[in-house]
Amino acid sequence: MNWQAIKAIYVFEMSRTFRTLAQSIVSPVLSTVLYFVVFGAAIGGRIQSVEGISYGAFIVPGLIMLTLLQQSVTNASFGIYFPKFIGTIYELLSAPMSFIEIVIGYVGAAASKAIMIALIILATSTFFVDLQILHPVWMLGFLLLTAISFALLGFIIGIWAGSFEQLQLIPLLVITPLVFLGGSFYSISMLPEFWQGVTRLNPVLYLISGFRWAFFGVADVPVGLSIAAVSAFLVLCLGVIWLIFRTGWRIKP
Amino acid sequence: MAPIISIRNLGKTYAGGQVALDDVSLDIAEGEILALLGPNGAGKTTLISAVCGLVQPTSGVVTVAGHDIITDYRAARSQIGLVPQDISIEPFERVINTTRFSRGLFGKPRDDAHIEHVLKALSLWDKRNARNMELSGGMKRRVLIAKALAHEPRILFLDEPTAGVDVALRKDMWELVRQLRADGVTIILTTHYIEEAEEMADRIGIIDKGRLLLVEEKAKLIHQLGRKTLCLFLQEPLDKVPSALAEYALKLGEDGRTLIYEYDTKAERTGITRLLADLATAGLSVRDLETRQSSLEQIFLNLLEDAA
Ligand SMILES: Nc1ncnc2c1ncn2[C@@H]1O[C@H](COP(=O)(O)OP(=O)(O)OP(=O)(O)O)[C@@H](O)[C@H]1O
Ligand SMILES: [Mg+2]
Repeated sequence: MNWQAIKAIYVFEMSRTFRTLAQSIVSPVLSTVLYFVVFGAAIGGRIQSVEGISYGAFIVPGLIMLTLLQQSVTNASFGIYFPKFIGTIYELLSAPMSFIEIVIGYVGAAASKAIMIALIILATSTFFVDLQILHPVWMLGFLLLTAISFALLGFIIGIWAGSFEQLQLIPLLVITPLVFLGGSFYSISMLPEFWQGVTRLNPVLYLISGFRWAFFGVADVPVGLSIAAVSAFLVLCLGVIWLIFRTGWRIKP
Repeated sequence: MAPIISIRNLGKTYAGGQVALDDVSLDIAEGEILALLGPNGAGKTTLISAVCGLVQPTSGVVTVAGHDIITDYRAARSQIGLVPQDISIEPFERVINTTRFSRGLFGKPRDDAHIEHVLKALSLWDKRNARNMELSGGMKRRVLIAKALAHEPRILFLDEPTAGVDVALRKDMWELVRQLRADGVTIILTTHYIEEAEEMADRIGIIDKGRLLLVEEKAKLIHQLGRKTLCLFLQEPLDKVPSALAEYALKLGEDGRTLIYEYDTKAERTGITRLLADLATAGLSVRDLETRQSSLEQIFLNLLEDAA
């Protein structure tokens, strides 16, 4: 293993994060505050509590997940797409490092940044609502697993993308809707039977449900299923990465 | 001594069917400077890219310092520094950080003294804290060289290092290359300029349409490149070249009115004065004359014929 190379990529990527710290953090925090104001104040006025939890607190795990997914996907996809776009990827390809090390460097940095922002949002939300975290270790575990899995997905998108439009396509068209429809802002038990069934097909539901369980001990689906779902997704992404590695797809002519 | 780079029957056909390298075999000795000359699209960049791992070869075997570039790529690549043809550089980073980053990628621990040495050698030390995008084109190219040298490679590939570089900087670049060679670095560079190859290289390789036509000691090739032809148009046609002029190895044109003399511009005496005098003695009067320098294309053609 070329650990120096992994470190070089990680440090390089993180230094970009810190160079643009204000915009990296301000915009997710601001949008989270807006969600609190809009959903918490407008809807919270009608829905007093969900499954015994105040509505404001109930939406916190969903909000964190929303940002975590968006951040890990965009950071990782941008991280690898940018060198491809400006041509500096030649250096990665000519260095004595394997594709796996490149993945660890970029995905590690993207996941770190996403988790950092998720924790900042968590801290911000304590200004708005009283929070309890029943299973803090599980909460961190879910954060970590989710960030890594979706950073892998982002990395794949970054390798696949041929333009900046394509780069933004998946986060915009797939991730955001799935998070919104995955029970971030409601419990699926509030839905009619049919829509409950549809929602169960949404993979993000399992993430949010498990994550919420770590906070409040209540879940839409059994927590074991949530863990299995995240793990399956992680394995799927690793498989795709392995295929890319084997075939040199979209990186080497 | 075993060659530091050995290329055997290397072939590359791009996905679109474009054959960029066709059965290239080449040995490069440690410490030499090899210049690859060839027209646009000849396959120079592809050759370098294949050795450096940017392009998957279709066929053939390449070893670097005895390490196969596919099965033992880590050992092979860690010997090599690459300066690409296009200026690709992270715009927002600072010069010194990009250079450090390159060293890290090659698995070497941070060494500020070496980075300082490299940046000073390339006159970039004053600019070390500038963002890459604030640099001029020539400076950016030097940053690329600094990045390539950051991990102390034994072999340096320079893909058209002087394209778009002014005369003064070109001289500096040549000086740097000589300096590196004195330090024992093997250098492979590509260029379109014969004079550049002349100035720097120990050996010159000529590549066209993916085929390596020839690799030759510089001195020998320059001899061929330095040939000119003098055409003498005569007043009266001849049946054959007069025997008095045999020593000039003249050729007679088909119409019998042209005498063709080949000479070496680099030779101490081209023999032209004497030839003209001898023509007069032989009673031939010259109506007009013309000289032709062999163009690069012509040399390619000649080489192709020679190779066949
Ligand atoms: N990624 C690619 N995909 C398809 N064809 C390519 C690719 N890169 C190069 N080629 C083709 O391969 C041939 C050799 O290109 P190459 O870049 O190696 O030439 P070169 O000798 O470096 O030319 P130049 O002097 O213009 O830099 C050209 O015909 C080119 O069009
Ligand atoms: Mg080229």
